[in-house]
Amino acid sequence: MSTESFTKVVKPRSSVRSRVMEIWRYRELLIGMVRKELKVKYKNSVLGFFWTMLNPALYIVIFWLVFTRFIPNGIPEFVIFFASGLLVWNLFVNSLNGATSSVVANAGIVKKVYFPREILPLSSVGASIVHYFLQVIVLVLMLFAFQHNIDWKLIWLLPLSLITLIIFVSSLGILLSAVNVYARDMQHLLELILLAWFWITPVVYYRRVMPTEGFVGIIASFIRANPMSAIILPFQRVIYNNITVISTVDNKSIIQILPDESALWYLRNLGITLGVSLVLFYFAMRFFDSAQGNFAEEL
Amino acid sequence: MSPAISIKGVSKKFRLQHERYMSLKERLINIGKKSYDDLWALKDVSFDIEEGTTYGLMGHNGSGKSTLLKLVGGILQPSAGEIITKGRIAALLELGAGMQQDLTGRENIFLNGAILGLSQKELTKRFDEIVDFSELDKFIDTQVRFYSSGMYVRLGFAIAVNVDPDILLVDEVLAVGDELFQRKCMERVKQFQREGRTIVVVSHSADQVRAITSSAAVLNQGELIFNGQTADAIRTFREKLYSGSGEIAPQDDGGKEQIDTEVITISDKNRIAQNQDPQLNTKYKAIEIVDASFSNPDDTGSNNIHTGGPLQAHINWKTNVEEIEDINFSIEVYDSNTNLVFEAFTRETNPGVIKGSGSTLFLWDEIPLADGKYIANFGITSLDGGTVYDWQEQSQSFEVTNNFKTLGTLHLPCHIEIVPD
Repeated sequence: MSTESFTKVVKPRSSVRSRVMEIWRYRELLIGMVRKELKVKYKNSVLGFFWTMLNPALYIVIFWLVFTRFIPNGIPEFVIFFASGLLVWNLFVNSLNGATSSVVANAGIVKKVYFPREILPLSSVGASIVHYFLQVIVLVLMLFAFQHNIDWKLIWLLPLSLITLIIFVSSLGILLSAVNVYARDMQHLLELILLAWFWITPVVYYRRVMPTEGFVGIIASFIRANPMSAIILPFQRVIYNNITVISTVDNKSIIQILPDESALWYLRNLGITLGVSLVLFYFAMRFFDSAQGNFAEEL
Repeated sequence: MSPAISIKGVSKKFRLQHERYMSLKERLINIGKKSYDDLWALKDVSFDIEEGTTYGLMGHNGSGKSTLLKLVGGILQPSAGEIITKGRIAALLELGAGMQQDLTGRENIFLNGAILGLSQKELTKRFDEIVDFSELDKFIDTQVRFYSSGMYVRLGFAIAVNVDPDILLVDEVLAVGDELFQRKCMERVKQFQREGRTIVVVSHSADQVRAITSSAAVLNQGELIFNGQTADAIRTFREKLYSGSGEIAPQDDGGKEQIDTEVITISDKNRIAQNQDPQLNTKYKAIEIVDASFSNPDDTGSNNIHTGGPLQAHINWKTNVEEIEDINFSIEVYDSNTNLVFEAFTRETNPGVIKGSGSTLFLWDEIPLADGKYIANFGITSLDGGTVYDWQEQSQSFEVTNNFKTLGTLHLPCHIEIVPD
C-alpha cells in the first residue's frame, strides 16, 4: 500500500497551496460531481439537454422582439450581438447561483464524508461550462443562418477570456458558498445583485452609449470597472465582429458598437481582470478554509 | 511500527447557539448580541494509534468520542492541534450518506467511490466485488430512490469496505441489516484486522469494544482519561464514569454528617494500580462496594472450586446516604474469551430500602463449568440499570478444577442407559 502519498494532516488552517493540491488530488471526484449534476438535472426530463438550449433561445427571441420591433436600438443583426454576450453572462450567472447554494445543498455528504469541500462550488462551475458549450451550438447555428463572419484573426482572445471568467466566477463561487452556510439568504440577495449586475454589463446595449458626467457618469464608471465587461467585450468583438455599423433605424447614422481598439487593449483589460480574479481567488480560499471547519455543525 | 493516526494536542470548540440566526437579515438585526456560548468538545487530546491495531473510542454521550472520530476523518477541523493520518480513510459514519437519490446504484458506486478518493479505474476494477458484496446485482441499474432502507445500507457498506481503506472509521454502525449481513460485516472487519489495517471503532457498548478491539481510549467531557489495553479501558470506563452517574449532591446537614470528599474505593488488591486516577474517584457514591470476592464454601479462603461443587460470592457494601432504595446487586461472569457465561442479580427479589452497611451473598449449589479461569464484574445499579452506583469491572476471578474425565466447557451429569432390544 502506498500509504505515503495519502498522508493527511488535519489542522485548523491550511495554506492555499496545499488546498489547491488537495483539490487536484480529488480531480476525479470533481469530474464525477460535474457528471452527477448534469445527470441529476436531466434524469427525469423528457427533453433532457434540449432544455439547456431552450432557455437562451427564448431570451434571444424576446429581446429581439423588444429591441428590434418595439423599441428599435438600431443594431443590425442584433440577435448575434446579444447572443454573443448573453451566453457568457449565462455561464457566469448559472455558475454563481449553483456554486452559492452548493455546500448547503450537499449538506448530507459534507456532514459525513471528507473531501475538499471546494469541489462543490467548483463542480457547479464545471456543470455550467458544459451547459455553455451546448448553448454555443445554438449560437453557431445562428451564425450559419445569418451567414455571419466572425473575426478569425482575434479568435485566440476567446479561450483567454473564458479562462479569466472561470477563475473569476470560481473565486466568487467559493466565497459565496461559504457565506451562504452562515447566512442562508445570500442566495436571495444574490438574485437581486445579479439583476443589477446584468444591467451594468453591456450585453443588451453597446458600450459606447455611456456618458461620463453626472449621476449617470457614476454608474458608467461602474460599468467600466465591471470585470464582466472586460470578459464579455472580447466575445462581442470576435463573434459580432463589427466596430461601427449603420443604424437600422434611419439607415444612415453611424453608431460605434464596440471600442475601436487594438487586440492589445482587450488583452490588457483581460490581464487586469485576471489579476484581480487571482487575488480574489486567494482570499476566497482563505475565507473558505477558515469557515469550513464549522460547516458540519452549521448545516 | 509507526502510528497510522497521530493525534497531537487536539481541541475542538463548538459554538452553542442560543438562537440560530440562519440569515443575513437576522444576523444584521441582532448584530452585537452574543447569541452563543463556547463549548469545548475536546480538550488537548493527544495519543497515537499504531498501524494495524483495532482501536476503540469509548465515552458517554457528549464525551467527544464522535467528534474525535469526525476530526480524524477530516469531516471537522480542530480548533487547535493537528491530526496526522497515513493512508486512505473510509468512514462508516452513516451508511449511504452521500447517495444521490436520482442516480442508479451503479452511478452511486462510482460517485461514492470518488468521494472516498478512488479513481474511476480503480472503481471499475472493484465494481463487481462491490455489487457482489451488496447482493444488489438485480437492482444495480435502478435509481436509489426505489431502494429499501436495508438495500441502501448494504450498498453503502459494500462501497465503504471495498474501497481498500488503510484506515476504517466505524461509528456504531455495525448493527445494521439482517443478521446474515451483520455477520458478513463482522467477518469483513475481522478480515481487515488480519490484513493489518487500522480500525477505529466508536462505541458505548463495552461488549462490542471488547469483542473486536485490542486497545481503547476513554474520553470524558472532552478529556482523554485513559488510553491502553481494552480490558483496562473498559474497567476505567465502567468504574469511573458510570459511578459518576450515581453521584449525589453533598448533604447540608449542618455538619452533622459531613461526607469526606476523598471517598476512594480501593477495595481490590487485584486492580491494576496504573489506572488509578484518584481525581475521578472523588465523587460521592450513594452506595459503594467495599469489598467483593468469590470463595469456595467447602474450603473457605480459596477461590478455587471444583466442577459440580458450590461457589459463593459476596459483595460488602456501605451506603453514604441515610437510606437508599431502587437497588440491584449483580454479578456477571465471563470466560477467558470474554464471553458472558452466566449472571446473577437481585433485581427479581427487590431488596427494598437499604441502610448503613452490609453484605450481599450469592450461593450457587452446583457449578457445571469445566476447567478454566473465570473473571467477573460486580455491580450495584438501580433496578432498571440506568444508574450505576458502583462497578468493578473484571476485578475478581475464580478457578475451576474438573475432577471428572469429561472434556468441553461444561460438565453436565447425564443418565445413560443401554437398552438391548
